[in-house]
Amino acid sequence: MLASVAVITVRNSVNAALFLVLAFVMSAGLWVLLEAEFLALNLIMVYVGAVMVLFLFVVMMININYPSVEKESNYIPAVALMVMFIIAEMYLAFGSLDSGIFPEVDYADGYSNTAELGKRLYTDYVYPFEIAGVILLVAIVSAISLTYRKRESAKYLDPARQVSVHRDERLRIVKMPAVQK
Amino acid sequence: MFSLSQFLTLSALVFCTGIAGILLSRKNLIIMLMSIELLLLAANMNFVAFSRYFSDVEGQVFVFFVLTVAAAESAIGLAILVVLFRNRRTVDADDLNALNG
Repeated sequence: MLASVAVITVRNSVNAALFLVLAFVMSAGLWVLLEAEFLALNLIMVYVGAVMVLFLFVVMMININYPSVEKESNYIPAVALMVMFIIAEMYLAFGSLDSGIFPEVDYADGYSNTAELGKRLYTDYVYPFEIAGVILLVAIVSAISLTYRKRESAKYLDPARQVSVHRDERLRIVKMPAVQK
Repeated sequence: MFSLSQFLTLSALVFCTGIAGILLSRKNLIIMLMSIELLLLAANMNFVAFSRYFSDVEGQVFVFFVLTVAAAESAIGLAILVVLFRNRRTVDADDLNALNG
């Protein structure tokens, strides 16, 4: 929680990204406590490993130092209203929640959260799983095509032009009379 | 032992932080993207907590998909950000008024 507050208040973007890493690691630990081990590991590997490295790359590539929270923002009343609304909502919701203590589950020997999740993922949720794969593919293609820059100095041959080259463009047949001795 | 409402409180607070981050940090698109990640994290926390509460794996399956989509979203968002910075030399959301009428 403190880490997530720090994410939006820290002035330096690099520090903000690192605090976001801290927030993710903390919540991964909480998920382990909630016995969702596979997702906790996933969170660390995907987020801390991949997404945050991406963030850090971009933060360091785009080297700017803005104060992340403006001093005189015209959105502060809206933010305060929304935060108060959510807190009131929380209060109402928790008033109606009876106990909320997690039930004790005694797992059978050899129970694996990962295996259980995988079983569910590949039987009931095959189509969403494949759609998720397609979404990732789209992300790859779009990220590369957005940031791809053709360099002028690169030696590059167009394969289509290479294939469709005609003989007359390359070859000149010179007719010479045979020389008589 | 933890209770469900503790986890819900935590995730609601993280969610509030994310919203505040989006609304307050208009000067920096990177911080806005990070705040979106915080929002998704809070939602995932709720999913996992309820999945544990009801002893049901389906919540975790859903968290898996949310993680996938969030990763894709942040990758595309950062790519757009890089192109934007290359063209405009700024990541200020208030400066992006080229489409104003």
